[in-house]
Amino acid sequence: MAVTLSDKAAQHIGNFIAKRGKGVGIRLGVRTSGCSGMAYKLEFADEVLADDVVFESHGLKVLLDPKSLPYMDGTELDFVREGLNEGFKFNNPNVKGECGCGESFTV
Amino acid sequence: MALLQISEPGMSTAPHQHRLAVGIDLGTTNSLVATVRNGVPQCLQDEDGKLLLPSVVHYLPDGQIVVGRKAQATQATDPRNTIVSVKRFMGRGLKDVAHVETMPYDFVDAVGMVRLRTVQGVKSPVEVSAEILKDLRLRAERSLGGELTGAVITVPAYFDDAQRQATKDAARVAGLNVLRLLNEPTAAAIAYGLENASEGVYAVYDLGGGTFDISVLRLARGIFEVVATSGDAALGGDDFDHRLFCWILDNAGISLPSDRDSRRLLMKAREVKEHLSFDDSVPIRLSLDSGDEVDLVVTREVFVEITRPLVEKTLRPVKKALRDAGLSPEDVKGVVMVGGATRMPHVQKAVGEFFGQTPLTNLDPDTVVAIGAAMQANVLAGNRAADEEWLLLDVIPLSLGIETMGGLAEKIIPRNATIPTARAQDFTTFKDGQTAMSFHVVQGERELVADCRSLARFELRGIPPMVAGAARIRVTFQVDADGLLSVSARELTTGVEASIAVKPSYGLADDEVAGMLKSGFEHAQADMERRGLAEQQVEAARVIEATEKALVTDGNLLNDTERAALDSALGALRDAAAGNDVRAIKLQLEAFNRASNEFASRRMDKSIRSALAGHKIDELRI
Repeated sequence: MAVTLSDKAAQHIGNFIAKRGKGVGIRLGVRTSGCSGMAYKLEFADEVLADDVVFESHGLKVLLDPKSLPYMDGTELDFVREGLNEGFKFNNPNVKGECGCGESFTV
Repeated sequence: MALLQISEPGMSTAPHQHRLAVGIDLGTTNSLVATVRNGVPQCLQDEDGKLLLPSVVHYLPDGQIVVGRKAQATQATDPRNTIVSVKRFMGRGLKDVAHVETMPYDFVDAVGMVRLRTVQGVKSPVEVSAEILKDLRLRAERSLGGELTGAVITVPAYFDDAQRQATKDAARVAGLNVLRLLNEPTAAAIAYGLENASEGVYAVYDLGGGTFDISVLRLARGIFEVVATSGDAALGGDDFDHRLFCWILDNAGISLPSDRDSRRLLMKAREVKEHLSFDDSVPIRLSLDSGDEVDLVVTREVFVEITRPLVEKTLRPVKKALRDAGLSPEDVKGVVMVGGATRMPHVQKAVGEFFGQTPLTNLDPDTVVAIGAAMQANVLAGNRAADEEWLLLDVIPLSLGIETMGGLAEKIIPRNATIPTARAQDFTTFKDGQTAMSFHVVQGERELVADCRSLARFELRGIPPMVAGAARIRVTFQVDADGLLSVSARELTTGVEASIAVKPSYGLADDEVAGMLKSGFEHAQADMERRGLAEQQVEAARVIEATEKALVTDGNLLNDTERAALDSALGALRDAAAGNDVRAIKLQLEAFNRASNEFASRRMDKSIRSALAGHKIDELRI
C-alpha cells in the first residue's frame, strides 16, 4: 500500500512549503462530494494527526486519513502544465469513472 | 482533468467551487495580475512569459482592439489611436491633465471626464482602462483554469472618489467583480509581509509611472494602520522621461516635433532612462521624420542634474506625511520602495539620506503592489482560515464635511480617519418654522466652503415647523471600505430622512486635492480669522431676524423713545455685520444686547402673564 509523488510534484511541493514558511508535509484524501461521487482533498499539513497514515516520498511526508487510503492506494500525485495553467493531477488506478471536468470521480 | 492547487489545512474547496481571486495593479505605465496559488503569491505571465502588461490600448480601423506590448509597438506609427498612460485621465477633465500640448491625442472636453476621439469613435478613459483589465482577466482565467470569483484592484492613495468610482466602473465593464479597491502603498506593505515584522512605523515610498505616494504605516499587534498618506498625483517616472525628452529637444536643436516624432523621442527617453540606472552614459541616436538627426550622449551626471528638482519634489509630501503623523524621519523603522522609478540610483540615495537608512528594495518594485493585492484578494475570497485574517485599515485623504450657515465648512470626518467609518453630528434649523434643509457635502481642509470641493447636494423635506433651534437633525457620514461616501440626514423627532450616495461627477482633479491640502496649511491663519468673521456675521443675522420678528408682535411694549433707541442699535448692528471687522460686529452685538435687555424682559413678563391668564394658582404644577 502506498501513495507517491512524482519527481515534479515533489519538487514543487517542497518549493511551496519552503515559501509558505511552515508545514510538515502534504495531506491527501477523498471526500464524498462533487458531481460524480468523490472529490480529492489536497492541502498543506501543519501537523501529523494520531490516526494519519504517513508515507515518505522524495523526502516529503504524505499524510492520509485511514478511511481515504482504500480509494487512493497506488495513486501517484503529479504536477503538470497545460498552456498557461499548471497544477496537480492525481493518477489514481482505482478510478472507474470521472465527471467531465475530472474534479470528482467514482471508484 | 482539472488541475488542482494545494489549499490551506481544512480549506479544500468542493469541486467547481474554487474561489479564484486575483490582485490587479492597474498602473499608469504597466499593469499586472497576481494570485495566490499553492499558498504562494505570484504574478501571472502571459503567453510570452512576460509579467508586465504595458498599459497601452491601440484602436484599429477594423474594429480590433490591441492591448499591451503589441499596442506599444504602434505608438510611434499611430499615436492618435494608441492610448498610453490612460490612468492619468481617469475621472479628470481636460484642464486637469498636465502636458496636454505634448500629447498626440484628439481630446474631447466632455462634462466631467475628458474623452479621446479614436478611429473607433470617442472613448472614455473608463472604457480604455476596461480593455486593459479585460486582458488581465482573460490571462488570469486561462492561467487558473476557471472563472474569477473576484479581484482586488489597487489605486493610488490619492485617488479621490471620482477616480475610485471610475476605476470600479472600468472593472465592471471588464467583467470583474471588485472585492475591494486597495491603496497601492498599503498593498506593497502586505507584499513585504510587514505584518510579520517588528512593531513600529514604516514608510512606503511609491514612485510609479504617473503618481507618487508616500504612506506612513504603523504596525501594532500584527495590525497595520495607515496613519498618514500624502503624495503628488501628477509626478512619476513619466516626468523623468519628459525632462530627458526636453533635454534632447534642446540639445538637438529641435522645436515642435510632429506627433510621431514626439512619441518616438519619448520612447527613446524612457529607454535611455532605464539604461542610465546601470550605465554611466548612454548614446541617443535617432533619425526623425522631419529629417533631423539626433546624435547625443547623455551621462548619468546630466540626468541626475536635470531630474534633481523632481526627486526633491517627492520629498515635500514625505515631510508633510510625517508631520501629519507627528513623526520625524528617525521614528521610521523601515522604508519600502515601490514602483519602477525607484530603481534609479539617485532616487534611492535621496530617500536613504532623508530617512538616514538604506531603503528596502529586495522585492521587485514593479510587482510588489500586485502581489499584495493578490494576498488581500485571497483573504477576501475566503481562502484563508478566519483566525489568520488580518485587518487592514485605510484612511481618507481629505476631510469630509457639510456647509453650515455663513458658508462655513463643518468637518464631520477629519482627514486621515481610518475607513470604513461612520460619524454623525446633530444640526438644527436656523429660522422659525423652517420645514426643509438643504445639505451641501464638501471635501477639503479649508474653513470656508468656497475654498473646498463640492461633492454633492441634497435636501431634507418634511421637518415639522418648530422654532429655530428646536429641530434636531442628525447627519451621518459613512465611508465604505473602498473610500466611497454616503450621507444621510434624519430629523430625530419625526424620523423623516433623506440621503445621498456621493457619486461625484467625474473630472475632479486629484492634483487639486493635493493643492487643497497644501492651501489648507498655508491659509490656516487667514481661515481661522475668516471663520471667526463668518460666525459673528451669522450670529448678528440671527439676532437681527429674531428682534425684527419680536418687534412685529410685541412692538407695542415699547414707547416711542425706547423704540427709536432700539432701532438705532439694530441699525448699527446691521451696518457692522455688513462689514468685515470681527471686533466691530462683536462690540455692536454686545451693545445691542444691552439696548434690547429691557425689551426682552418685558416680552418675558408678557408671555408669562399670558400663560398664566385664566388659570388658578392650584392648577399650576411647579
